[in-house]
Amino acid sequence: MSFLEVLYFIVPSAIFYAAPLILVAIGGVFSERSGVINIGLEGLMVIGAFVGILFNLFFADTFGNATPWLSLIAAMVAALLLSLVHAVASISFRADQTVSGVAINLLAIALALYLVKKIFGKGQTDFITERFSRNDIPVLSDIPVIGPMFFSSVYYTSVLAIAVAIFAWFVIYKTPFGLRLRSVGEHPMAADTMGINVARMRYVAVMISGALAGIGGAIYAQTISGDFGHATINGQGFMALAAMIFGKWHPLGAMGAALFFGFAQSLSIVGPSIPYIQDIPNVFLLILPYVLTILALAGFIGRANAPKANGIPYIKGQR
Amino acid sequence: MSTKATNILVPVISVILGLIVGAIIMLVSGYNPVDGYLALWNGIFGDLYTVGETLRQITPYLLAGLAVAFAFRSGLFNIGVEGQLIVGWFAAAYVGVAVELPKIIHLPLALLAAAVAGALWGFVPGLLKAKFHVHEVIVTIMMNYIALHVTNALIKTVSGGGDRTESIFASASLRSEFFENLTEFSRLHYGIILALVMVGVMWFILEKTTLGFELKAVGFNHNASQYAGMNVNKNIVLAMVISGAFAGLGGAMEALGTFEYVSSKAGFTGIGFDGIAVALLGMNTPLGVIFGATLFGSLKYGALNMPNAAGIPLEIVEIVIAVIIFFVASGYVIRLFLLRAAKKKEAK
Repeated sequence: MSFLEVLYFIVPSAIFYAAPLILVAIGGVFSERSGVINIGLEGLMVIGAFVGILFNLFFADTFGNATPWLSLIAAMVAALLLSLVHAVASISFRADQTVSGVAINLLAIALALYLVKKIFGKGQTDFITERFSRNDIPVLSDIPVIGPMFFSSVYYTSVLAIAVAIFAWFVIYKTPFGLRLRSVGEHPMAADTMGINVARMRYVAVMISGALAGIGGAIYAQTISGDFGHATINGQGFMALAAMIFGKWHPLGAMGAALFFGFAQSLSIVGPSIPYIQDIPNVFLLILPYVLTILALAGFIGRANAPKANGIPYIKGQR
Repeated sequence: MSTKATNILVPVISVILGLIVGAIIMLVSGYNPVDGYLALWNGIFGDLYTVGETLRQITPYLLAGLAVAFAFRSGLFNIGVEGQLIVGWFAAAYVGVAVELPKIIHLPLALLAAAVAGALWGFVPGLLKAKFHVHEVIVTIMMNYIALHVTNALIKTVSGGGDRTESIFASASLRSEFFENLTEFSRLHYGIILALVMVGVMWFILEKTTLGFELKAVGFNHNASQYAGMNVNKNIVLAMVISGAFAGLGGAMEALGTFEYVSSKAGFTGIGFDGIAVALLGMNTPLGVIFGATLFGSLKYGALNMPNAAGIPLEIVEIVIAVIIFFVASGYVIRLFLLRAAKKKEAK
């Protein structure tokens, strides 16, 4: 295999694995930028994956080709509702946000499996029949070298993920809403004195993170696994959390990190058929994203600073 | 109402609310909650065998709960108990199969290996927290995944490409004929005694030693401890190391007692995450951990009876546990409610 062939092989697969991570990591950026730690991303993704698959199975006959896309909407709504639980606990009830997130993770996987067993009478769902299709993007895919690498037989979900990342950057850095969001996460009291409703901003941010995590989970389930069981998501949400931190709480940084983690993940799966890489023991590729995140946090790869008020409930009138 | 009374009432109310939510979910999804909870009860107390197995299930929960609680007392949130438990499980099983020694040396050695492995896995986030001020929650989550993948790879190497190690030599086993005869041949093993001793150890460290005093002080206020001349960084690292050692021993319970081998895992055991629930419910005190571990260990094991006896998916218990954590975490609201209720009473 020539070097270029290897790239043609691995770049599309990296983007393919990165798409759900990008969306969920962007969700995390919204939540944490507003000052709410969201460890529950994993659970929100689980619910998204479960509802996405469920909707797909039940409505494939009705909606045909459009089913996977409509499933994304169903998954988004479901995860948004679950994220409200986290919002209520961590914003209104002043719960420890990490603990509440852990509860969300436990609740999501338990609830999803409970319903799977109730509906299907076994540990995992059936396989879906309507999947996302791969398409060549017109014109762009005809460009030499870059065309086959980035634009032929891509999932439109990957395009969606990258578009969302760029849109999120615009929203967070170029709009009044984004400025308010960031101010609430850095110094809620100052924001409050300027007339910004801290609690409402945080609710909105957590709901956005829930919606994006739900979509991410549904994309993962409908492109990569094809069914839903206890091990479908298996840490993808935590990896997205890692991507968010590795990307220094910045939407484009998070996207870059997610692409890189997607690359590492796809290497660990397709690696055995690529020269040189097949000589590296698989375990190193599997742990690479996690090790890199720890190194990034320790400041070996540039300093990563969390939003100042991240994880602290805002209590009016408290100094 | 005194704060002590509310401190005890919050977990109790949370448990009751959790069970109520569970009942509602069963009702809505077309099951009979009475049948469900009856099956759960019988799964825990049905006969001597189930009681033995329930106690067996409680054993690792005790240690996982201690690990989380100990770190909490020093102001650290150790989500990495899961990973520390997995490496402890592997280390104990490895020592159990690699050599054959007299029991008096072999068993302590295997336990020590588990504790050291867990401590090492706790040392990394502790050091990073102390030296670079990296938040321990994220590092411990990452360490969990590293533990999972690394132990799976090691199991493959040790077993020559297989999915599990050989069973450990009898000289490293915690198996107890006495308990087996007592509980109709359940897998209850001597580990429960060790776990209870460790509860005592935690109490002793926290309440009777200078180290414990310093750890708690650091947990309350870093700056004040520093000002009082305590070495905050050293205490953070120590707290994580001791917490990790407890978790590693929890893994040894599975390696030397319940299973007597280690197999590669597709996902987490869940014991470490449930340890968070145990510690929270027990208000991070040694005695509280015993109650928390007993409750969650019983629920977890009793749930296995629900699909057969009542046709209800056992995940309902996981839902109940998650809801309980949610309510304990939201203790502020319950306290507020109790306070208002008490005021109303006074007004009358």
